[in-house]
Amino acid sequence: MARLTIPAEEYLRAGHSACPGCAATLVMRYLLKGLGPRVLLTVPASCWTVIATPFPTTALDVPMVDCAFEATGASMSGLRAAADALGLADAIVVGFAGDGGTSDIGLQALSGMLERRTDGIYVMYDNEAYMNTGIQRSGSTPQAAWTTTTPVAAGSRGKAEPKKDIMGIVDAHRPAYAATVNVAFPEDFVKKVETARERSGPRFLHALSPCPPGWRFPPEKTIALGRLATDTNLFPLYEVDEGRCRITRKLGRARPVQEYLEAQGRFSHLTPEETRSIQADVDARWARLLAREAQS
Amino acid sequence: MSEAVISGNYAQSYAAKLARVHVVSAYPITPQTSIVEKIADFVASGELPAQYVKVESEHSALQVCISAAALGARTYTATSSQGLLLMHELLHWAAGARAPIVMGVVNRAVAPPWSLMTDHTDSISQRDTGWIQFYPESNQEVLDTTLIAFRLAEHPDVRLPVMVTEDAFFLSHTVERVDIPSPACVDAFLPSRSREGAVRLGARGRLGSFTGPDLYMEFRYTVARAMDRARGVLEDVEAAYERATGRHHGGALPTYRVDDADAVLVTMGTATSTARAAIDAMRARGKKVGLAKLRVFRPFPAREVAELASRVDRIGVLDRSFTFGAAGAAFTEIAAAAHDAASKPILRDYIAGLGGRDLAPSDLDGIVSRLLKADASGIEWYGLKRRRAEVSSWPA
Repeated sequence: MARLTIPAEEYLRAGHSACPGCAATLVMRYLLKGLGPRVLLTVPASCWTVIATPFPTTALDVPMVDCAFEATGASMSGLRAAADALGLADAIVVGFAGDGGTSDIGLQALSGMLERRTDGIYVMYDNEAYMNTGIQRSGSTPQAAWTTTTPVAAGSRGKAEPKKDIMGIVDAHRPAYAATVNVAFPEDFVKKVETARERSGPRFLHALSPCPPGWRFPPEKTIALGRLATDTNLFPLYEVDEGRCRITRKLGRARPVQEYLEAQGRFSHLTPEETRSIQADVDARWARLLAREAQS
Repeated sequence: MSEAVISGNYAQSYAAKLARVHVVSAYPITPQTSIVEKIADFVASGELPAQYVKVESEHSALQVCISAAALGARTYTATSSQGLLLMHELLHWAAGARAPIVMGVVNRAVAPPWSLMTDHTDSISQRDTGWIQFYPESNQEVLDTTLIAFRLAEHPDVRLPVMVTEDAFFLSHTVERVDIPSPACVDAFLPSRSREGAVRLGARGRLGSFTGPDLYMEFRYTVARAMDRARGVLEDVEAAYERATGRHHGGALPTYRVDDADAVLVTMGTATSTARAAIDAMRARGKKVGLAKLRVFRPFPAREVAELASRVDRIGVLDRSFTFGAAGAAFTEIAAAAHDAASKPILRDYIAGLGGRDLAPSDLDGIVSRLLKADASGIEWYGLKRRRAEVSSWPA
């Protein structure tokens, strides 16, 4: 019988206002299960501003401080400084931001937080576009994906540019801990959260967050799609723990990336040639990750 | 109490230390830098056991203070000019989140063209953000006002952020004799911040949140009421400060020789000291002129202005900034407040001293002399170079 590795405690309550099938909700749920009740949470403009429910209610059992869109890293530093000054040493400071709020408008504050070694955990839930505003492309949108600002038309094949490598950017700051997590693999997710909790200094979690309305797939397919993202090697699960890279899920043979792409309306315009090009990119990045792991 | 010869910037640094701030966060900008350098020395030497968060932008500096204040910390930052403008979004945020932050603002001109010199455009253009604003004229007043600012900001009836401005270089880098109150004196005047209403670790709660048309107006109204209450609270806090130190800086609109005046000039910041000397000289020549110092710009002392306007025939306003398409901001507000006066004085706006252009006693004399002769209200740029011989090349 499998060991139950996920804490039973719940810190996210029913009654939140996420869309059906929203993975960002599960990201928060597993995160808080792994961290426990001594969390100070700060959240910028994002889907989660809304998911947490309006004044005077909250769906969370931990306190949440709203912050400006581009300032999550700074907000974390402020909470940490105050907690240390006021004798709340056991507070776990958590920034929880979307991909636009992290890799675009919030990149400067994230870099500042990492560079000044703020003791806290930054979580980027990556739904790969500005979903709360209506599916506009972000720096984290993958190449070729349809969004409302990267239409598919005579002169446009979705987003022209490749996805920004946030893990590479974070890694360049030498964080105490960084890992990718996926709600389709909750044991791996919570284990990484628990590892992050044990480290001190700046920590970063990159959480894939499949978005049914934004990616154009049925809400009951969120977990299946998340699983495909990892099992095609498109979103590998790995951690960089004090500089050492370790891949935490490896299949003997990865699934073809076509299975992941054709399950989503945002990629429905792809030609076989475009799909092959994406497969080649996934293969190259996977090879680089394997080499990185072998070197550490 | 000890005496020191220090700059206006160091007056801010000493005040932050005496206030025993928990968290300081800042980003360097000329001419604010010596404030935060001195605080860095205090923290490094252990004289000030604060968390000093050195950030990558002014925007982040204020977010650090807002989030630290959310948890109940006493926080301080300082900036100037472009840095203050970059903070603009978070100035709104600080007031809306009811964060009692105290910030030193060294008033410096806004680019382009680049200029490091005194000008009030930076802080005046933040007037709608919900921050209380002080415009001191001396280094002693900077130190005293910064201490007053903490108690005012944290008062349960106020809980709003406060900025204490200083004219660039005229105060920031000019040294004067300053009485520095003893730590015991300040501790008695300014006890540690209450954490009532702060975010609590281990408890459910949300600071910020979002709301719809059913409640948004009420949130804004709570800020408006707090700002109104700050007028009365300031009187109490200044009285307490006088009991503690013997010094009182005269409230929101201190006046000078206005009792029988035909004309009164309103000034902000260091121009006040020069104007006071000019008024004395004109009085000696038999001119009935007086001075009012707009020491607090937010909350605006509308009642005091209306009372003044009821007593004099002419009010001149010296604005060290200009609101394009309208007038100087102080003039606009004074004109609005004077509307409630029993009689209607002539109101003149003098746009002068922008970008650090010197305002010598002769300039103040010239402005007040023009005010005495004015027969209609209006706006004029004082000291503007108009003749080709006066400038090497004209801006387009």
